[in-house]
Amino acid sequence: MATVTHTLRRKRRRTALRTAAFMAPWLIGFGVFFAYPLVSTVYFSFTKYDGFRPPVFNGLDNWTYVFTQYPLFWPAMRNTLWLVVVMVACRVAFGLGIGLLVTRLKTGAGMFRTLFYLPYLAPPVAATLAFVFLLNPGTGPANTLLDAVGLPQPGWFTDADWSKPALTMLAVWGVGDLMVIFMAALLDVPKEQYEAAELDGAGAWQRFRHITLPNISPIILFAVVTGVIQAMQYYTQPLVAGKVAAGVIGGSGQQFEPGYPDKSTLTLPQIVYNTGFQRFDYGTACVLALVLFTLCMAFTALLMRRRGGLIGTGD
Amino acid sequence: MPRISRLTSAAALAAAISVLATACTGSSGTTASDDPADEVTLNFWHGWSAPSEVKAIEENIARFTAAHPNIKVKVTGNMTDDKINQALRAGGDKAPDVVSSFTTDSVGKFCNSGAFVDLNPFLAKSKIDKAKVFPQSLLNYTQFKGNQCTLPLLNDAYGLVYNKDAFKAAGITAPPKTWSEFTEVAQKLTRTKGDSYEQVGLMPTFHGYETTPMRLAAQWSPTYFTPDGKSNLAADPAFAKMLAAQKDLVAKLGGYEKLEKFRASFGDEWGAEHPFHKGQVAMQIDGEWRPNMAKEAGVTFEIGTAPLPVPDDQAADYGKGYVSGTIMGIASGSRKQNAAWELVRYMTTDTEAVVAFANGIHNVPSTLEALASPKLRVDENFKTFLDIARHPKSSTTPPQADGGTYQLTFTDLAYRHEKGAVGDLPAALATTDAQIDTDIAKAE
Repeated sequence: MATVTHTLRRKRRRTALRTAAFMAPWLIGFGVFFAYPLVSTVYFSFTKYDGFRPPVFNGLDNWTYVFTQYPLFWPAMRNTLWLVVVMVACRVAFGLGIGLLVTRLKTGAGMFRTLFYLPYLAPPVAATLAFVFLLNPGTGPANTLLDAVGLPQPGWFTDADWSKPALTMLAVWGVGDLMVIFMAALLDVPKEQYEAAELDGAGAWQRFRHITLPNISPIILFAVVTGVIQAMQYYTQPLVAGKVAAGVIGGSGQQFEPGYPDKSTLTLPQIVYNTGFQRFDYGTACVLALVLFTLCMAFTALLMRRRGGLIGTGD
Repeated sequence: MPRISRLTSAAALAAAISVLATACTGSSGTTASDDPADEVTLNFWHGWSAPSEVKAIEENIARFTAAHPNIKVKVTGNMTDDKINQALRAGGDKAPDVVSSFTTDSVGKFCNSGAFVDLNPFLAKSKIDKAKVFPQSLLNYTQFKGNQCTLPLLNDAYGLVYNKDAFKAAGITAPPKTWSEFTEVAQKLTRTKGDSYEQVGLMPTFHGYETTPMRLAAQWSPTYFTPDGKSNLAADPAFAKMLAAQKDLVAKLGGYEKLEKFRASFGDEWGAEHPFHKGQVAMQIDGEWRPNMAKEAGVTFEIGTAPLPVPDDQAADYGKGYVSGTIMGIASGSRKQNAAWELVRYMTTDTEAVVAFANGIHNVPSTLEALASPKLRVDENFKTFLDIARHPKSSTTPPQADGGTYQLTFTDLAYRHEKGAVGDLPAALATTDAQIDTDIAKAE
């Protein structure tokens, strides 16, 4: 009996070791690239740390500073939330719309798919520069066209009211990635369901509402969740657009604070970088990074919990 | 596993991670024990990128290595302060030993954080009396609270660069000396075209390249901080007067929105499409490099230079201006600090080297001896900037522990003021003071 128990134990230990060995690469990756940086970030958020001198514990100073005294925090927070709501909604709606369009095209589908996908391949900096040029309020073709048809010409990237809509247009222009994902999902919807619905006299909207949407709802959830995370990390495009529109390319030692015009293109990732690497204030940057992390987690958790109510899954 | 044991393990893990995190911060050695006569290779990072500038640096380094055959210098150009900061933090063999930066605003941060070593002991060792070598205004922006963590490497002076042909066409015979003359001349030089411009006399908005609040404020001789280090924007009338004068100029030239729309059509400040080169602006607040950059861009009009006008009640001080420059320091993490000092000493204090470099990149020399050197190539336009640099009332923005963050805070107020978003300027200046004090206290 004792020998059997001993053998069983050895077997279990061996199995546990084997499992651990198989899991090790992930565990090491998780520890090195997620757990350690996260714990470090929490630790440094309670310190005064400039990256050169050893960190000094300063309690809640950085946290209080961010929420009550840091002039860049609330504008960046408002802009980020605006982008999360409007930009993600527009990207998903356009991605799905174009996906639907190109899956129904009888002729030239390949050409249109390529056309809509191509902008996604443009490097973010180049795409942003092109948009700043196209939307230049004085010389850009967009305003020349609007002028020709007698419509008002916005300042786009030089007007605080229009800079975020301009960024949203840029994001929608590069919606090719979502289009491809939605196309794959739409082509997977069983055709017999549409046929049955048609026999029952369902119209186009009813077919979309009761067949297409439930079938692709997991993909919509995926698009929304990844879109929210992308919007939370939006850095390059607003920074480049703000810099170019402000006329600051780099120069004779002039400093530049991102967000032109009127902090309207300032986002949380920009102030994380700006605070940590330009202001030498790692402690405050860690607080901002944690706020960003918490927001990302909260949005994702909310979407995952509410997905049934939000998008009507067919589960 | 019992609960207590899990808690203990978690606490131990957290403690271990904290210790690790602390250990990773590293500490910088400040003792320079290396022998400068040893064979070494120094990493030197700088920000210049134009071919003529890079050539001038290379020639200077070649002269240095000819005089110090045991020291090799690996030069890396086109470096921004962000890259420099990160490399200094990371340390290691590939990090720079010697750094030059265009951003004098960073000096306070560099000195306060200990990123660069204090050069006072090195100056003493080499028996260099810095007060006799460098103009005081340059020493002011290269040290912080007595810590001379950088030295000046060439100087920048800011004045007015103007289109002489446009002046003649408008019947203007001399550059303006006072602010009211300046406003009048700028209006005369402005030609509208539809709802935009063919040419503006000057782009007066604070996004107009070098037309920053700090450059303009220098003409009012401001005091940014009280003797006890508190922000002084509300108490010193210079700031409110400058902001009011600039806003008045913006209004007289067509208003903020119209000007900003025109500004959006401007080309890159550092390229051939600069609006001054293209005749879109007739006057430009700029540094000593602009006349040569304009010539290199192939402008056909004649270029004039002058100091920036002064407020009417300070007409006697005409000739002053904002001064700044390039700085040079030794990374505190460097293990070759004595050898690095040889390079810094050569680049910043050797008259021949400073003059050659100044001639090479058309900057103002940073030492008193080099300023007086007969080898310095001086033409009429360049002389204007030399005179501004030498003017006793020329000033700069003082170094602070938060670097130039206080200037950005002030600039933010100026942006809001010029577009008419500030109702009560004294109250806004006081709020800005409070923000600056908070930020500096946090950075110290």
